[in-house]
Amino acid sequence: MRAAGLVLLVLVGALFFYSSAELPPTGDPGSPPATHVSPRYIEAAYKETGTINLVTAVLADYRGYDTLGETVVIFTAGIAAILILAGLAERREEP
Amino acid sequence: MRRPFGSVVLDAAVRVLVPALMLYAVYVLAHGHYSPGGGFQAGAVLAVAMVLVPLVQGPRSKWGLGRRAAVILAGLGTLVFPGLGLLALLWGGNVLDYGALPFGLEGAAGRALATMLVETGVALAVMGVFVIFFELFETGEI
Amino acid sequence: MAPDGLIGHLNYWAIALLFLLGLYGMTVLNNLVKKLMSMNIMQVSIIMFYLNLAQKAGGTFPVLLPGELHPEAAAYVNPLPHALMLTAIVVSLATTGVALALLMRIYRRYGTLEENDILRRMAGR
Repeated sequence: MRAAGLVLLVLVGALFFYSSAELPPTGDPGSPPATHVSPRYIEAAYKETGTINLVTAVLADYRGYDTLGETVVIFTAGIAAILILAGLAERREEP
Repeated sequence: MRRPFGSVVLDAAVRVLVPALMLYAVYVLAHGHYSPGGGFQAGAVLAVAMVLVPLVQGPRSKWGLGRRAAVILAGLGTLVFPGLGLLALLWGGNVLDYGALPFGLEGAAGRALATMLVETGVALAVMGVFVIFFELFETGEI
Repeated sequence: MAPDGLIGHLNYWAIALLFLLGLYGMTVLNNLVKKLMSMNIMQVSIIMFYLNLAQKAGGTFPVLLPGELHPEAAAYVNPLPHALMLTAIVVSLATTGVALALLMRIYRRYGTLEENDILRRMAGR
């Protein structure tokens, strides 16, 4: 088990180190994440949403669906935890 | 917590901390437009304010949310987001198009107000779920 | 100036090491709580990976400076990964909470959190 885990680790690590050469260097202003959609967010966010904090503008306005789903996810997690643990406390009270 | 682990020092410290925490949570929420902050962070701070007193004073403390209230608050907070999003349909916008909501403000200011409401709902939801987890894990302790 | 060559990729290697640490914990360790902690370490490494992609040399944090009405994209770091990772942090809270609840349930049933013992008890039942 431990040996298999270590082999998997080495394989995944080799994959990472091999593929990291293709990633843009840290802080490159011309990298793909910095050139496609984010300039629009930075330049137009205040005009379009009235919010100075760009992260809030993206989070709640441009990407509202993401945050909507995510709020539902945490609510679901709370309900799921309640359902998983339902009855656990009562059962312990028994002598 | 079956039994409190508080002492005089902890008790006094909590009495000072909790109002400051609640004020700070509201600040983080309301200032989320202008500085790092927002609904998630405010919800976490608010949850700490709710959880700290029962943690120190034990289950007999008068402060804090019960599990039922926490579930209701979390549900209401979760409903704010899709509620606002669907309300926009009534005034001819797309779903989650806050600009269509009739706040009587200029487009961008209305969107900022709607963002604020949404963040409030998210803060409530996060606080509720934190308190739910706390309540569960304290009463069902291993 | 963005660093290039090896220096520009050092962050990725450190993040990969963190991810591998979490992967090692999840595959090799025997205690379920330790597995959960390893999963959280993996999540943190993913979050750091995205935040690293958001960086721009010479960019400041993604809150507009006072009076800046026509911002340049090069002056601020990319806000999109920050927003996405805010979501990811809260989702990791949710998964951790549900996982802890499941662990409590498992401990109640089998009296242990060691994977070997649980498997043995399941087989012996």
